[in-house]
Amino acid sequence: MTCRYVFALAIAAAMSFELPSRAQTPSSVRVLEVRPNIHMLSGAGGNITVQTGKQGVLLVDDASSDQAPRALEEIRRRWTMPIKYVINTSADLDHAGGNAAIAATGASGGGPGGANRAVAIGTAQGMTILSHERVLNRLNAGAVPQGGLPTSTYDQPSKDFSLNGEAIIVYHTRAAHTDGDSIVMFRASDVVSAGDVFTPDRYPSIDVKRGGSVQGVIDGLNLILSLTVPEAFQEGGTKVIPGHGRLSDESDVVEYRDMVWIVRDRIADLIKKRMTLAQVKAARPTRDYDAEYESTAVSADAFVEAVFASLGGARK
Amino acid sequence: MRARDSIVTMLAALSIVASARATSAQEVDFSGEWVPLYHEDAPERLPGPELGDYTGIPVNDAARLRADSYDADRISVVPEYQCRQHGADYSMRGLANLRVTRELDPLTQRPIAFHTRIGFHDMERTIYLDGRPHPPAEASHSWQGFSTGVWEGNMLTITTTHLKENYLRRNGLPASSKRTFTEHWLRHGEFLTVVTVINDPVFLTEPLVRSQSWYLDPGQRMGSNPCEYAVEVPVGDNAVPHHLPGTNPWLREFAEYYGLPYDAARGGAQTMYPEYRSKMGQPAAIQENCTRFCNCTTLVDCGLRGPLIPAGPPPPRP
Repeated sequence: MTCRYVFALAIAAAMSFELPSRAQTPSSVRVLEVRPNIHMLSGAGGNITVQTGKQGVLLVDDASSDQAPRALEEIRRRWTMPIKYVINTSADLDHAGGNAAIAATGASGGGPGGANRAVAIGTAQGMTILSHERVLNRLNAGAVPQGGLPTSTYDQPSKDFSLNGEAIIVYHTRAAHTDGDSIVMFRASDVVSAGDVFTPDRYPSIDVKRGGSVQGVIDGLNLILSLTVPEAFQEGGTKVIPGHGRLSDESDVVEYRDMVWIVRDRIADLIKKRMTLAQVKAARPTRDYDAEYESTAVSADAFVEAVFASLGGARK
Repeated sequence: MRARDSIVTMLAALSIVASARATSAQEVDFSGEWVPLYHEDAPERLPGPELGDYTGIPVNDAARLRADSYDADRISVVPEYQCRQHGADYSMRGLANLRVTRELDPLTQRPIAFHTRIGFHDMERTIYLDGRPHPPAEASHSWQGFSTGVWEGNMLTITTTHLKENYLRRNGLPASSKRTFTEHWLRHGEFLTVVTVINDPVFLTEPLVRSQSWYLDPGQRMGSNPCEYAVEVPVGDNAVPHHLPGTNPWLREFAEYYGLPYDAARGGAQTMYPEYRSKMGQPAAIQENCTRFCNCTTLVDCGLRGPLIPAGPPPPRP
C-alpha cells in the first residue's frame, strides 16, 4: 500500500513539474522585469517605470487616477522602500493622474512596516514630483487637486540628478506629443523611459493645441535613438519603456520613427498638391500602417489630422 | 481508507497514461551540422528577390503599399538597418549554414531544448521543449522570437511568437511584429525538412506556407559573423529613404522582364495556387532562352549566369 502511495505521489509530483507556472497578481496590473532594479508596470493606464534601490522608489509616471490605487497596491506588494520620486513625462492624466494618490503615501511609502500617512508635498518630507514646467502649468490649470501637482520643475533642455546610485537624466522634447514632454534616461541601467513620444502599440498622440507637432515627435524619437545602443545585431542593449505598448529596444524605435517619418512625408506631399484635410483623409496616407497602429486611443484619422495641422495644411 | 486508496491508484494510472502519451513521441535528435539545399526558390533565396516581385505571397494591399514604398537605400542611409538579423521565420531560408544542438535534462536525460545557430549574423535561437509558457504581450520582441516545441510523432512542431518587424521577402515585402509562425521539423536520415507556416494578421490574407531542406554535413565548420554598422551616407538623422505612393519607378521591371501580367507580379493569395496560371492571362512575351538566374542553385550559378541588370537606361520615373 505504501509503495502505491509513494509511486502515485512521485508521478503526480513529476507531472506537476511539467505544468507551466504563471505568476498571479491580485490585479490586472502586470509587472515586467527590465533590469534587476527597474521594472515596467502596465495595465494601469500608461506604462509606469519603477526604479528601486537603497534610497527608495522612483516612478516615471503613475497611472490614471482611477487605476492608481491598483498600481500602488502592486508597488507596495513588491517593494517596501518609500516612494521618493515621481517624474511626470506629460500632463496627460493617464500618466500623471495618480500623483495625488502617490503623494498621499508620502515618503514613508506605506509598505509593510511603514506608516501610510499623508504628507504635504513640496515640503521637506522627502518626496518629489518632477516635471517640465509646462506640465505643472497645465495640471495647475486643470482639475487636478493640489496634492497632484508637481513639486519640482525644470525649463532647460535637460535636468539630471542621482538616486539609488544611478545618474538619471531628464530630457525635454520640444513640441512632440505636447510641448512639455520628458524622456528619462537611467544611465547605469541603460534604460530609457520614453513617455508618449514613443507608443509602439498605437499612432503617436500629437496634441497640436498643446504645442505638439509631428516634427517634434520625430525629433523626440531621434533623441531616443541617440541614447540607445544595441547589444548586437540591432537588438537588446538599451531598453526602451514606451508610454504605452510593449518593452522595446532601438530597432523598435527605428521602425516607429520611420513610420512617422514616411506618413509625414506623404501628407506633406499631399499638402503640396493643395489638398484639403478631407482630401488628404480620403487618400488614406496611413492605410499600410493602420492594421498595426490604429487604436481606440488614436485613430488613423486623428493621426492624419494632427500631422496635417502641424504641417500647416489648409483645412478647406 | 479503501476509497482513498482507489482514488490515489486511479490518479496514478491517469498519470501513467498521460506520461506515456507524453513520451510516446519519437524524440528525434536534430543535432548536427546542416548545409542548406537550394532546390526550392533558389532565385529568391540566393541572389535575392527582384523588386516588385510579390508573386506567390498572400499579401494584402497594405503589404503591397509598404513594399512599393520600400527603398533599399534605407540600408545604407539608416545605420540601424545594417546589422539586423533575419527574422526566425526567414532565417531558415537564408544563405547560411545551420548548427543544431540538443540540451538534455541532466536528471531525466530528456531533451528540454534545441539550440540553433545560423552563420549569417550569428543568428542563435532556442526552442524550448519543457512546456514553459510564452512571455506576456508586453514583453520585448526579438529577431528570433520566442519558440516552444511539442512532439507530434517523430515530427517537432514549433510555435514562435514575439518577433520583431521584418520581411517576408528581402525586396520590402513586410512582416509585422504581430505575426506568429509554426514550424514542422522532420528528419529523414541525413535530410532535414522544415515547413514554415506564417500567420500575419497585418499583411497576409492567408497563412504563408514555405519549406526548406538541409543536408547533414558533419565536416562543416562555422565561423563567426559579427557586424558593425558604418555610416555610408552622412545624412545624420535627416533621411529615411522611401518612395511616395505611385512614384516607385522599379515596380514593373520584374513583370516586364519575364512577360508576366502586372497583376500577377502584385501577388495575393490567388497567385499561390496552380490554377492561377490558367487565369492570369497570356504572358506578354516569352523569351526563347533563359538569361537570368538559369540553373540557379548556388551563389556562383545565380550570380554569374546572365545579366542581373537588364541593359539600357532605367525606366523613366512616373
